[in-house]
Amino acid sequence: MTLAATAAAHGFLSPTGVEIAFLLVGIATLGAALITVTTRQLVHAALWLVVALGGIAVEYLLLTAEFIAWVQVLIYVGSVVVLLLFGLMLTKAPIGRSPDADSGNRWAALVVALASAGTLVWVVVDAFRATWIDLDGAVQGSTATLGRTLFQYWVLPFEALSVLLLAALVGAIVLSRKGGEGKAPAADLRSGAARTGTAPREEQH
Amino acid sequence: MHLAYPAVLAVLLFCTGLYGVLARRNAILVLMSVELMLNAVNLNLVAFDVWLRDTLHAGQALTLFTIAIAAAEIGIGLAIVLLVYRNRGSSDIDRLRDLAERPDGGDATGHGAQPQPDTEAEAAA
Repeated sequence: MTLAATAAAHGFLSPTGVEIAFLLVGIATLGAALITVTTRQLVHAALWLVVALGGIAVEYLLLTAEFIAWVQVLIYVGSVVVLLLFGLMLTKAPIGRSPDADSGNRWAALVVALASAGTLVWVVVDAFRATWIDLDGAVQGSTATLGRTLFQYWVLPFEALSVLLLAALVGAIVLSRKGGEGKAPAADLRSGAARTGTAPREEQH
Repeated sequence: MHLAYPAVLAVLLFCTGLYGVLARRNAILVLMSVELMLNAVNLNLVAFDVWLRDTLHAGQALTLFTIAIAAAEIGIGLAIVLLVYRNRGSSDIDRLRDLAERPDGGDATGHGAQPQPDTEAEAAA
């Protein structure tokens, strides 16, 4: 049996130090994620999200993907969570426990989540029972390696992504600008479209 | 390292995010759960890239792209949530039912009444 051979070579029941560290950090990450989706205090949810995302960054480090780990810390922990906290404050989220943080369909959501978790864990464990990651040798995700591949093979998606970020920036500015001039171009566009008769609202009638 | 460790962790994180998306009421909490799901996918991409020892490093490059797209998504999403909050005074996704199909209203009135809240919202903006 190949499974028995590989298991004997790798030690099926004697995990290595990296595996134990991965398991412990994974439990902490999963616990923080569970608190994020179940807590009734909205600001605490954002702060537990920091713990979960930081735990995932540590998992990247354990998988020798160090550049991804620092990008994760910079972008997710540094900016996305701050944006979410700003959003919570700007929508006047209640400080303290809010009893209506969960909607009425949380039991259906729990059933769906547990069913998909069971199915996916079974499939994944069954598929990768005899697969080991070889973490020895050269580091897979150092900044030099990743920078070289990114700018040799992935230049075109990289540039397209910068255009997408610019479009998202302009879109966010347009969306969050307060009234006034923002209305005039839209009305102009609608009257222009109605004049040429291509407005979708005109086609309905 | 056994490949099942990162794969199972990614599955459990994804299902946690799935529960959050389905069960939460506040739109910003839903966005947080979407971030959890995206991070689960990123963990899978990195683990499989390290496992396959890809010379192109497709998994890690895609992870970087996913992180950038997630940043753009959270910016646009929060702008939309703030706009909805400014117009409606609430960011609870349960109450945003202008596009819902109502059992009492007929099909004809549904089509006729559709432009009404749209123009109202723009007038309020």
